[in-house]
Amino acid sequence: MIDQQIGALFVQIAYIGASAAFILGLRGLTKPDTARRGMQLAAVGMVLAIIGTLLNHEIVTYQFIVIGLVVGSAIGLPMGLLVPMTAMPQRIAISHMFGALAVTLVGIAEFVHYRDVAGGPGVVKMVALGFETLFGALTITGSFMAFGKLQGFVTGRPVTFPGQKLINAAVFLGAVGLYITLVLTQSGGGTGDAGLIMFGVMTVLALIIGVTLVLPIGGADMPVVVSLLNSYAGLAASATGFAIGNNILIVAGALDGASGFILSILMSKAMNRSFANVLFGAFGGEKAAVSAKSAEGLTTRSITAEDAAMRIGYARNVIIVPGYGMAVAQAQHAVRELAELIEKRGGRVRFAIHPVAGRMPGHMNVLLAEANVPYDHLFDLEEINEEFHACDVALVLGANDVTNPAAKNDPGSPIYGMPILNVQDAEQVIVVKRGMATGFAGIENELFYLDKTSMLFGDAKSVLSQVVTEVKGL
Amino acid sequence: MTALLTALGAAAAFIAVTTSDSAATAASSTLIDGQIVEIYVFLLAAFTGFQIITKVPPLLHTPLMAATNAISAISLVASIVIAGAERPLFINIMGIVAVAAATINVVGGFVITDRMLKMFKKTEAPK
Repeated sequence: MIDQQIGALFVQIAYIGASAAFILGLRGLTKPDTARRGMQLAAVGMVLAIIGTLLNHEIVTYQFIVIGLVVGSAIGLPMGLLVPMTAMPQRIAISHMFGALAVTLVGIAEFVHYRDVAGGPGVVKMVALGFETLFGALTITGSFMAFGKLQGFVTGRPVTFPGQKLINAAVFLGAVGLYITLVLTQSGGGTGDAGLIMFGVMTVLALIIGVTLVLPIGGADMPVVVSLLNSYAGLAASATGFAIGNNILIVAGALDGASGFILSILMSKAMNRSFANVLFGAFGGEKAAVSAKSAEGLTTRSITAEDAAMRIGYARNVIIVPGYGMAVAQAQHAVRELAELIEKRGGRVRFAIHPVAGRMPGHMNVLLAEANVPYDHLFDLEEINEEFHACDVALVLGANDVTNPAAKNDPGSPIYGMPILNVQDAEQVIVVKRGMATGFAGIENELFYLDKTSMLFGDAKSVLSQVVTEVKGL
Repeated sequence: MTALLTALGAAAAFIAVTTSDSAATAASSTLIDGQIVEIYVFLLAAFTGFQIITKVPPLLHTPLMAATNAISAISLVASIVIAGAERPLFINIMGIVAVAAATINVVGGFVITDRMLKMFKKTEAPK
């Protein structure tokens, strides 16, 4: 008995240490030069928490735990070491699925367990258990769908069909209704099979919600979706903490939930969407109905890589605006080479990064960091937007909607009000693009028709390699 | 400012965790006491997290996601208990799957976050 109490005390001390390590670790992430050490501290905290848990007196057999740990490490380690940086959005999306899967299984197991416990889980734990399973299950399938869209085996286009919203609402209400019924009937402990069946149906409905939630969402809205799923996975983990009375889970889940929540808000602000609009999905659908300014009668000026090299090579102040097109073409290394070349010739190069450029928060930063672009060359929208009027050349690389001046000066435009990069203020603009296709919003970009804008058509990577060769020859 | 808030949050979490431990072991305490403390823990952790994470620069938003994901894989702790406790076999098997899934995130998450953070470098000082 004394041993058990000492054991329990040790577990709590390990958990407190881990909580502190997590919080301090995240604080490290507020600065690039302390980030790495911070996360190493957090990893130590994790090890501490795991060791503490292994001493839990409830554990009677270790062989199952070892199997799980070995299998998980055998999959997790190669995933961590080998996944290329370009596949990072998919990697993040699928990791939310694994986290949610663990949480949901724990929720189901605990619900079954409480059927044997006299008095049942009680109201608070039943509320937590239901929430955990509901959010966990919808995050499993939601993250898998997001993974599919990012990986390309599910179409990146928004999938909509008639009556979709009605069906979604019905499934959602069904799941919530079952959840409430479960709390009302099972909190004191259930005996019959009715509780089990209701719990099972609720879980299945939540799995369906995950699919229908992400299906109507298009590729460019993925930063919001991925952030939102991050938040859900965290909240579900936190609910697990309430369900089993474990504070470390509550703390870690709350941290994850907060980060996902903050990122979702930042991303939706950067797209000028209300948070409610994001939460209830169905975006990307109605935009097409809004008519945008037609491009008829307007012409663009197309230039060759040689022309572009002349302009870029003699520029003193260049701002590069990367977008998803750079990621698709994997042009980040060619970009870095060009940037170094300009600097060697005495010019200044900065990168302007829109919050929703790419497919997840911070996507462009990771790609450019991988290509060895120093992070002090990377600037956020607020930091650099006033600098465009002083720059000789703005080089837009596979970015579209985030540079569209219509967001500022055309109240009829579907993207009106969205914060954009003031590329049009630059002395001259060079846009690298594969063709004249519109961006995700499906509208023409006025920027391309300005007198100061030149279009350089082609695959970003090969076009930039040509420009680099030409600049070298100047 | 962040340092102060962090210290506050850590101290509050410490108090909350220790209090809940004693509340759980004290025979006289009711169920609600422990759960009120849990709500405190949640609110303080969420508040601390909110304060710190709003200060993470957009530059590091992807590592932030990977990091918080790895941290929330602390659900491994709950999975371990289910896999190893005296429960019906099918529950233990669910526990094994949960342990494996959470371990993927713990191991993979911390490794990949470190790989990413290793790449962020400043301009080298001119020689």
